[in-house]
Amino acid sequence: MLTKRIIPCLDIKNGRTVKGINFVDLRDAGDPVELAEIYAKSGADELVFLDISATEEGRRTLADLVLRVAEKVNIPFTVGGGISSVKDVDILLHNGADKVSINSSAVKNPQLINDLVAKFGSQCIVVAIDAKQIDGEWKVHLVGGKVPTELNLFTWAKEVEKRGAGEILFTSMNHDGTKDGFANEALAKLSTELNIPIIASGGAGTMQHFTDTFVEGKADAALAASVFHFKEIEIKDLKEELKRNNIPVRL
Amino acid sequence: MKIVIIDYGAGNIQSIKFAFQRLGYEAILSSDADVIMAADKVIFPGVGEASSAMKKLRESKLDLIIPKLKQPVLGICLGMQLMCHSSEEGATEGLGIFDVDVVKFSNKVKVPQIGWNQITNLKSDLFNNIKEKEHIYLVHSFYAPICEETIAEAEYGLGYSAALKKDNFYGTQFHPEKSSEVGEKILKNFIDSATS
Repeated sequence: MLTKRIIPCLDIKNGRTVKGINFVDLRDAGDPVELAEIYAKSGADELVFLDISATEEGRRTLADLVLRVAEKVNIPFTVGGGISSVKDVDILLHNGADKVSINSSAVKNPQLINDLVAKFGSQCIVVAIDAKQIDGEWKVHLVGGKVPTELNLFTWAKEVEKRGAGEILFTSMNHDGTKDGFANEALAKLSTELNIPIIASGGAGTMQHFTDTFVEGKADAALAASVFHFKEIEIKDLKEELKRNNIPVRL
Repeated sequence: MKIVIIDYGAGNIQSIKFAFQRLGYEAILSSDADVIMAADKVIFPGVGEASSAMKKLRESKLDLIIPKLKQPVLGICLGMQLMCHSSEEGATEGLGIFDVDVVKFSNKVKVPQIGWNQITNLKSDLFNNIKEKEHIYLVHSFYAPICEETIAEAEYGLGYSAALKKDNFYGTQFHPEKSSEVGEKILKNFIDSATS
């Protein structure tokens, strides 16, 4: 049986791991390769590296980091952040990334999804969507959640699927950093209306939140950062708890 | 031990190379028919779309070499699918090593299947010391149905082939290079498999 995935997310700036609370106030949480190896050994199913470097130099560091991660880590990993061209993706996949995630660049140029899928296949193209619920409506946001758009989350998600993306990583801006649980209502709607896997992101605080997002949110995978980085939740304990709740996991 | 990974422009070959490196073996990337034929073990990788990958293979004339290889050959993911008779994806004619037609998952399940699934009904030396129901990592939209050459099964809406074997040819739908310790054991078993 296909299991539900637990995915630690490592925010990367200039080759170091950081985690923003509500995407500001960065805290340093260690060396990415070392952290990735620890997570792989502790039962993480997959890893996401999100590059928040704004400079060209930072981006070159990322390609090098991907190569170092691929050398050491025996589980799949996704790389995202600032990717805007077929060439960017080519370098990252060539260096050993299993999947890439695109976000703002897909909203600005939706054809990029089709181009990437045609060249590399659906299986390695994840579209990340940051959205915020404003007056009851979920609006897509850009640039790490800073810039609002008029795009509706569900309309955009369906277009993303139609253009061939293999997976959607949905982050609720209302929940991210709150540790109050995932946006399960929106997640369940995405998971029901679409036929590609949905990764839940934003709001993990307790083990119960993970159970809830798999049961109520119908998520295929759940992503979190600080609860793992600061050892508030151990992945092994989390998976045992999920198993007790009859959620299929890899133990 | 000379391990050659067939480099025809389709596949996450870096990860496979690193996986062998972690096991203490150096794998060479090559598209040269002589180098491939002289290898002790051959890895046939592949990700992406079937018809374009098959086109690349034909352009390099490797489609004529691979079916004639006598040493152990391991096709991974799309590599395994291209070793089959055909694929529904892009109406692709395969290498015909495995006598099975690759078809698409129905939309009763989410497509692609992404993640860790369990392998069962394990047969052949590829799964020496691997327990039933171990988890392996897969990403795919098309699958090979269960057939005579099936040596491992997985379940996703229906039972299908997680691995195939015929003579010296092995194929895994899953990615052993990304399947943690279990995958490493399977790669090691492939290295230890009989030379012909």
